[in-house]
Amino acid sequence: MTTQQTGYRWIGQSMKRVEDPRLLTGRGQYVDDIALPNMTYAAALRSPHAHARIRSIDTSKAKAVPGVILVMTGAEAAQQTGPLPCFASPPVTQYCIAVDRVRHVGEAVAAVVAESRYIAEDAADLIEVEYEPLPVVTDPEEAIRSTGDAVLHPERGPNNIALQRTLTFGPVDEDFAKADVVVRRKLRWPRSGAQPMETVGALASYDDATGKFSIYANTSMYNYVGWLMAMSLKVPAHKLNIIPTMAGGSFGSKLFTHKVPILAATLARACGRPVKYVEDRIDNIMNCDNHGSDRIYDLELALKKDGTMLSLRMTVIDDYGAYLQFGVGHHGNALAQLTGPYRIKSAQVSLTAVMTNKGQQGAYRGFGSEVNNFAVERMADAAAEALKMDPVDIRRKNFIQPDQFPYKIPTGNVYDSGNYEAVLDKALGMADYHGWRRKQHEARKEGRYVGIGLVSCQERSVFSATEFWFWNHEPGFALTSSPDSVDIKIDPTGKAFVRLHAPFWGNSPETVATQVLAEQLTIDPVDITVTYADTDSGLPGTGPGGSRYTVMIAGAIAGAAKEIKEKMFKVAAHLLEASESDLELRDGRVSVRGTDRGMSIGEIALQAHYFKLSLPADFRSGLDARYTYDHPYTTLPNADRTDMGVFYPIMGHMCHIPIIEVDIETGQIKFLKYVAVHDAGTVVNPMTLAGHIRGGTVQGIGSALYEHYYYDSSGQLLTANFADYLIPTLMEAPENIEVGHVVTPSPYTEYGIKGGGEGGRMGAPAALASAVEDALKPLGIKIDGLPIRPVLLREMIREAQQRRTEDGAAEDLQGPSDWSGRSSREHLGGPPGNAER
Amino acid sequence: MEQEKVTVTVNGLRYERLVEPRRLLCDFIRQDLGLPGTHVGCEHGVCGMCTVLVNGQTARSCLMFAVQADGASITTVEGVGTPSKMHPLQQAFWEKHGLQCGFCTPAMLVTALELLNHNPTPSRDEIREAISSNLCRCTGYQTIVDSVEHAATLMRGGV
Repeated sequence: MTTQQTGYRWIGQSMKRVEDPRLLTGRGQYVDDIALPNMTYAAALRSPHAHARIRSIDTSKAKAVPGVILVMTGAEAAQQTGPLPCFASPPVTQYCIAVDRVRHVGEAVAAVVAESRYIAEDAADLIEVEYEPLPVVTDPEEAIRSTGDAVLHPERGPNNIALQRTLTFGPVDEDFAKADVVVRRKLRWPRSGAQPMETVGALASYDDATGKFSIYANTSMYNYVGWLMAMSLKVPAHKLNIIPTMAGGSFGSKLFTHKVPILAATLARACGRPVKYVEDRIDNIMNCDNHGSDRIYDLELALKKDGTMLSLRMTVIDDYGAYLQFGVGHHGNALAQLTGPYRIKSAQVSLTAVMTNKGQQGAYRGFGSEVNNFAVERMADAAAEALKMDPVDIRRKNFIQPDQFPYKIPTGNVYDSGNYEAVLDKALGMADYHGWRRKQHEARKEGRYVGIGLVSCQERSVFSATEFWFWNHEPGFALTSSPDSVDIKIDPTGKAFVRLHAPFWGNSPETVATQVLAEQLTIDPVDITVTYADTDSGLPGTGPGGSRYTVMIAGAIAGAAKEIKEKMFKVAAHLLEASESDLELRDGRVSVRGTDRGMSIGEIALQAHYFKLSLPADFRSGLDARYTYDHPYTTLPNADRTDMGVFYPIMGHMCHIPIIEVDIETGQIKFLKYVAVHDAGTVVNPMTLAGHIRGGTVQGIGSALYEHYYYDSSGQLLTANFADYLIPTLMEAPENIEVGHVVTPSPYTEYGIKGGGEGGRMGAPAALASAVEDALKPLGIKIDGLPIRPVLLREMIREAQQRRTEDGAAEDLQGPSDWSGRSSREHLGGPPGNAER
Repeated sequence: MEQEKVTVTVNGLRYERLVEPRRLLCDFIRQDLGLPGTHVGCEHGVCGMCTVLVNGQTARSCLMFAVQADGASITTVEGVGTPSKMHPLQQAFWEKHGLQCGFCTPAMLVTALELLNHNPTPSRDEIREAISSNLCRCTGYQTIVDSVEHAATLMRGGV
C-alpha cells in the first residue's frame, strides 16, 4: 500500500495499536467481564408471536423458583420507566418490556432477575402468557395497505406507513424528456445486520441513598443523547452515570442501544441490587434495535446514447420493522451521495417507509448509503449493458472531475474533494483488469464462468445531525450539532493524558488520539495515555458512526493541543526571557529558534504546576485544555426540501474489483482476486485503515452472498442463530484483499483526513453483484437482489439453462427481458437455509 | 441443585470448586475462576469465541460442562502470555494487526497455539484450515493468517 503523505512524523505511520496489549491478554474488560458485589443476572422471556395482544401474564410459578429475586412484566416496568427514547417524528411508543401488545417475535414480555442466569432462564420458562394473535404483516408492499388490527401503531395513523414523501432535486422531468435511453431495474436489498461477536449488555445499579443510577454499558452516544435514558428512567439527567466499556465490535449496531441499559436499570431499581443483562445471541438477532435496511427499489436512469447520465429516479419501499428508532435517517444518509461519483444533474426519490412485524432497524455499517451505492452501481452496469458500453468507460465518462470540487450534487450536499479516475486507474492496474478480460474470454471458451466486478462508490464520512430529521414533514427536534470533544492534560512530569468522550467499539480511537497528539506536541507516543470519560465527566461527544471519529477527534485534539502549546510558550518565553514569536516546538522541546536555549515539555510542565511565582502574574496553574470540535462544514436544508444543505461533505471514494468464478453446478463462488482502492484523504494509520477496508469488504461479501434475517409469512425469524444466519468464515473470505490508496486530502478537516471506518462494506455488495452478473452473462442472468446464496444462484442457473434449451438460443448473450423481475421475486420469497431447497 | 466437585488445572494453577452439573465450562472459567478473557459469542458452538485448550486440544467451552473437565488441564488466553511478557503469538497479532475489537482474539490465539504446537511450520492453507473454526467479524481474517504465519517465524527464532 502506498500513501503520498510527507512532512508528518506520526500521521501516516502504521503504528502498532495502543489498545492491543490488553485485548491480546484477556484484559479487555468488556461489559460481561465486569462484576459488582452482590450482582444479579437477568433473562427475558421473548414473544413467540409476531403480533399479538397480551391477555394475561402469570408469574407466580416463576417467582416461586429458589434464587429468583424479581419477576417483572411490561405493565409493571412501565409504572417506573417510561417509553424508550425515539428519534422519529411523530415518535413511536416502545418500552423495554412490551406493554399489552407484542409486535415482533422475540420482543421481551417479561424479565426475571435471579442469583444466576441459569435460574433466571429456568424461571422465565415458567411464566405463563396468554396471547391473542393479531394479523401479521411481513410483506412490505402489503404493509402499505394494512388496516384494522394489522396496523402496528394505530396512534400514529390508520395504516402501516411510517413516512411517505417524494423529494425532487432539479429538473427531473425535463431531463428525462431529453433522454435517449431510460434504463429501468427493480432491485431488492434484504435485511441483514452487523452481528458483532459481542452482543449488547449492561450492568446497572441504583443507589437509593443518592437516587442515582450507574450503568456500565457497551453503548455509544452516551455523551450525545445519554440523558434521554435518564428521561426514560424518570430521573433527572444528573442522576444517571453511564460508564462506557470496551465493545466487542459494533459496525454501527451499538450506536445507542438504549433498550438493554434501560431494562437493566429498571430491574436494578426494582430489586435493589446490581443487575447484569447481556443479550444472548438469539436475543441479539431477534430483539436488537439494529437490523439493517430492507428495501425494494424501482429505479430509472435517464441517459444520452453516448452514455452521459442525466437524471435518476428512485422509488423505494423500506421495511423498518416494528419500531422506529432513528426515524428514516437512513434515507437522509443516502441523500449524501444519492447520485454517486457521477455528474447526474437531477434526481428524485419517492420513499415509502413501512412498519411490519419484524425487528426494528438501526445502524449497520453504511446506514443506508451502502444500499444506495448498490442501487446506483447496479444502474451504472445496467446502463453500460443497454448502451453496449464497457462498464469502465461509462463510469469514466460520467465522473465528477478533480477540478470541479467542491462539487454540489442535486440534493444539496457538497463533495469536498476527490480524484475518481485516479482511484479507478489504480484499481484497474492493480487488478490487471484488461489481462483478466482476456483470461475471462479464454475461460468462457472452456465453459468456465469467470466474472469481473467493478464498482466506483462514494464513502461519505463525518455525519451531521440534519440527516436524522430532514425527511420528516414536521421534524420534532431538529438538532444541528454533532460535536466531539477531548480533554488533555500534561502532568507535572510531562506525560500526556487524553480523555475521549465516546467509546472504543472495535475501532482504534486510542491509537488515533495518540498519533495525532504525538504529532501535535512532537512527543513520543509512549508518553501518552488515553482514557474514556463517563457521562458524569463527559463533554459533548457524538462518538463513532458514519465514519466520523478519526476526523472529529483529530480536530478536537488539534484544538486542545493548540491551547496547551500557547500555555507552554507563555511559560517558556517568560523563563527563557525570549519573545513567544521566537520560540518553536520541536522534538518535545520549546526552544528559541536558532539557538540551543530551550526547555523540555517536562520542565515546562513542572513550572506550570508548581512555580506560580516564577511565572507571569496572569498565568493560571497547570497545563491542560479541553476542546469541543464541531462538524467542520454543515448547513441547514431549505424549507421545501429541494436542497438538503451540506451535511456529509467529507467524501471518500473507492473502486472495488472482485474477480470470481462461479461453479454453475453448485452455485458456489470462488474468489480469484479482490482489489479495493480507497481514497480516505490523508491517512492517519494505513494499517488500521486497511483493516477497516478488508473487514468491511468481508462483511459486504456476507451481505452479498449469505446473510439474511429471513422472516416467514407468519413473522417467524428463521435465521435466529449463527447456524442459520451465515456470517462469512475464513473459507468464504478472499485469501488476499489487495488494498490500495489514493490520497486527496479534505480541505475542511485537520490534516485533510477523511473517514474510512465503514470501509469495504460500502462497496463490496455492489461489486459482488456486478461480478456474479458478469460471470453469468452467457446465461443472461441478472443479479437484482441479494443475498446471492449458492442455492438460489443454482436455481437461477438451472432455469436459465432450461430457458435456453427451450428457446434454442444458444448464442443469445442477452437474457430475456423479464428476467430481472423474476429474480427479484425469488429474492423476496426465497427461504434461508441452504439445505431447504 | 446438587453440586459436584471439580478439580482442574487452569494455566498451571490447580482449582477445586463445587459446581452444578449443568454449569457450562465457559461460565465456570469466566465467573467461578475469574478469568474473563475467554469470551462467549453464540452459546451454541458455532462462533468459536469460547475456545480454550483442554489437555492441549481446542474445545468449545460453551458446549462442555465444567464437570466434564474434571481432572483436565486447561489453557486460556490468560495463560498464553501477559502484557509485560507476551507470547510470540500475541506479539505477532499485535504487529500484523490480527485484531480490531479483540473479542474473537483469545479464541484465535489458543486455536493458533494448538496448531503451532503440532506444526511449527504451517503453510498458509494449513493456517486457514486451523482457524476456520472461529468467526471474526472485524478483520476479514487475512491479517489473522498473517499473524499466525509471523508467529511461527518468531517461535522458530526468526524475525
